[in-house]
Amino acid sequence: MEGFWTRVFLRIWAVLILLFLFVPILLIFFYAFNTSNIETWPIPGLTTKWFVSTWNDENVRNALVVSLQAGLAATAIALVLGSCAAFAIHRARFFGREVISLLFVLPLALPGIITGIALNAFFSFNSISLSLATIVVGHTTFCIVVVYNNVLARLRRTQGSLIEAAMDLGANGFQTFRDVTLPLISTAVVAGSMLAFALSFDEVIVTTFTAGAQSTLPIWIFGQIRHGVLLPEVNVVVSFVILVTIIPVAVAARLTGGGASRVAGAR
Amino acid sequence: MRFGALAVAGVFVLTACGSSNSPATTTSQQPPTANMKPLTTIGPGEGQLNLVLWDGYADKSWVDPFTQQTGCKVTQHPAGSSDEMVSLMKDGGGGQWDMVSASGDADLRLIYGGDVRPMNVGLIPDWQNFGSFFKTPPYNTINGIHYGVSLQWGPNTLLYSTKKFPNKPTSWSVIYDPANKGLVTVPDNPIQIADAALYLSKTKPSLGIKDPYELTQTQFNAAVDLLKQQQPLIKHYWALATDEITLFQNGDVVVGAAWPYQTIQLKLAGAAVDETIPQEGATGWADTWMLATKAPHPNCAYLWDKWVSTPQVQAEQALSFGETPVNTKACAEMDSLGGGGSCAQYHADQTGASYFDTIKFWKTPLADCGNGQTNCVPYAQWVSAWTTIKG
Amino acid sequence: MAVETIERPRPKGGGAVPFSGVLWRFPWLRPLLLLTPPLLWFVVIYLASLVLLLITAFWTIDPFTTQIVQAWNLDNFRIIVTDSTYWSIIGRTTIIAALVTVTDAVLAFPFAYYMARVASRRVQTLLFAAVLLPLWASYLARVYAWILILNHSGLLNWSLQSVGLPAANIGYTNTAMWLVFSYIWLPFMIIPVYTALERVPESLLEAAADLGARRWRAIRDVVLPLVLPGVVAGSIFTFSLTLGDYITPILVGGASSNFIGNVVYANIGIANNIPFAAALTMVPVAIMAVYLTIAYRLGAFEAL
Repeated sequence: MEGFWTRVFLRIWAVLILLFLFVPILLIFFYAFNTSNIETWPIPGLTTKWFVSTWNDENVRNALVVSLQAGLAATAIALVLGSCAAFAIHRARFFGREVISLLFVLPLALPGIITGIALNAFFSFNSISLSLATIVVGHTTFCIVVVYNNVLARLRRTQGSLIEAAMDLGANGFQTFRDVTLPLISTAVVAGSMLAFALSFDEVIVTTFTAGAQSTLPIWIFGQIRHGVLLPEVNVVVSFVILVTIIPVAVAARLTGGGASRVAGAR
Repeated sequence: MRFGALAVAGVFVLTACGSSNSPATTTSQQPPTANMKPLTTIGPGEGQLNLVLWDGYADKSWVDPFTQQTGCKVTQHPAGSSDEMVSLMKDGGGGQWDMVSASGDADLRLIYGGDVRPMNVGLIPDWQNFGSFFKTPPYNTINGIHYGVSLQWGPNTLLYSTKKFPNKPTSWSVIYDPANKGLVTVPDNPIQIADAALYLSKTKPSLGIKDPYELTQTQFNAAVDLLKQQQPLIKHYWALATDEITLFQNGDVVVGAAWPYQTIQLKLAGAAVDETIPQEGATGWADTWMLATKAPHPNCAYLWDKWVSTPQVQAEQALSFGETPVNTKACAEMDSLGGGGSCAQYHADQTGASYFDTIKFWKTPLADCGNGQTNCVPYAQWVSAWTTIKG
Repeated sequence: MAVETIERPRPKGGGAVPFSGVLWRFPWLRPLLLLTPPLLWFVVIYLASLVLLLITAFWTIDPFTTQIVQAWNLDNFRIIVTDSTYWSIIGRTTIIAALVTVTDAVLAFPFAYYMARVASRRVQTLLFAAVLLPLWASYLARVYAWILILNHSGLLNWSLQSVGLPAANIGYTNTAMWLVFSYIWLPFMIIPVYTALERVPESLLEAAADLGARRWRAIRDVVLPLVLPGVVAGSIFTFSLTLGDYITPILVGGASSNFIGNVVYANIGIANNIPFAAALTMVPVAIMAVYLTIAYRLGAFEAL
């Protein structure tokens, strides 16, 4: 439907944007082979020694493990709480609904440093010492929002008539939920969880204020950027993470509607 | 709260009188942790040690043998400034941190804040070999109680590119010179105001600045104005040592204020740089390893301090960072590790005493001027002034 | 004639049946039960800590021991309002956040349009994955990679000079920050815009064409209004994430690149002046409150 020149223009633009997005990432891959630990252009030399040193570096492994633990815990809790909230807001009409909607947007809408220092003050006020648990609390707070948004968006697009039809056919509330609602929103739940996990995995600002002596991967990376001596190890680890997540990301893309059909008159 | 502040001010009066070589402080007001009994013996290591420290103070080359021998795995958290260290150590280290390598401007704040506890120097065999001043310096020993073990000391230097300055600069004026616009870097630290004050004490004697940390409002304003004039010349205020290293390596800056650590790292990477202490003198820092009140791993902490006080590790750290050890036996080790002349280069030998006197060591600016007047600018104002300087 | 009441067939099931009956009879019970756990979390943890922060803004610290003194006053706010440095910092932060938002919207729209309306189904999935992938490369590593590109002897200057152009020394400047922020948050803008564009039915555009509208007119009058909620939703992310960031200014910023986040961070982590930091954080909160209200009016919350 679009004109020929429009298509050409759009194609070129898309390529440029892709270049823009990926050139820094290619640099990250490339500099994992840097002989020097100071990043200068052009690259002084190539070596694979950093792969070995990263593999042997216990701090990296610990940081990865802590990040995974925090991410999984936060996503699991957020999954339950976020979905509950989405269901509640979707169907009900009650006083204060708008306020609660706004409340659930706050953790992402307010800058991370505010969430970070608020939680930090809260913990020290209540004499709760910082640990993995406090990191999880911080992450869960914004993960809930992500799951909530995704599930709510999907709920808005599902046809309520399906639910009513199921109940008319004799299913009780629980059966309806299990057999009709859940399959309809499953992809949104999965997509929301994956996005929540991604945000938790890469989160550094809130984590700085809610972690004690523990290091998540981003905190370890920030420490390495400060310290400088093992900088290429950062590139190795980040490259590894990117490669490992290509498949889950592709799956998520499929699920969330990359490639969803353009429904005529869907609204 | 007020009484405590007055008492500490009193302590500072005693320490601020004359040079930094004053004897150990005696005062009637005891720090909150004075009655905590230090360990009498070092027990088995707990397997973990969490340190708050300056970049480069726990290098692999002396951490790995330590971990092998004691089983204590080291987690380091580098801090960019003394304030950051004080902040991290609040509430006795929060039950997270074991030790902090604090400089003179943080020590008394930590001690009187109750964040560090007395240490038993008898458990550190090499303490006997420390230079006499460093055994009981006023910034970490109060009423005969040791709140830490001295570590190393050194100056803030002028780092410059030998390509741009084939002749060594002789004055700090190069970092205030508009000819170097966009090519200068200085630390992102409010204590920099003291460096400006030090420069003014020599270039504008009419201001009457004697101690760069005790400034009247007029003197303070003059220093702040100088730094505001400097701001357009600054490419980037470095917050991390690696910041500055990257800036010099990539040619973004050609001159700046630095620690010897950056010079050494840059030279190792083949950069054409060198450092110097200009004629106006330098500010500096004298560091102490202090034990957190709520340290979760005190045995590993003592084992660590024992280790870093040995001549071998003192020499390694001195050469790696570019500072001067407190252990007199380290001199010989430095010469054998770093080549003849290393000991003299870092003044670990008998020239140390006079060199020490030329450095204006970091200390916390207080309202008490130490000469009977109490109209000096306190540190909180330095912090807010720094924000206005940077813009 | 009497109306026969047909009994609802009794479904199988044990305890769940009377329970769902209860839910049917008291419709407000369900949202209440569902909402309580998340609401409890939010109120007890998140809201409580935000309120605590707000209260702290009205206190001060003892300048020597840096302990918080619970003496109610407005000093912190007074300092912020009267000192021009803070106005320039707040102004700089807001303006760059707005610039980044506009830049990302401009960059994202044609790309999202291509993805949603021109690309084949397979290319769509590929592009979607390609946009999500950078989010998995650490934010810190990506910003650090930009230092390499933008610094004095970096990739950008090297490329320019090898084709004979003069070096563009944008390393460690506000321009560098604008560029890096636009880069980092771009995926957050592309995804909502794409989702919104995807939902625009083809039939609407065909109808517009049938009514005689040219291509650009159709886009301007039909597509843009429908896509606006998506753009605004994306802008919430780009604006607020830039407004509160302090790490990129530390790494990539120059001498006059202090953001609100940097001053807050300096006061928390360094001066330990939590009351002042708390007072300063009220500024981005206020700004975001205004922004969110506008976004809500423009329907962005539906498009999140």
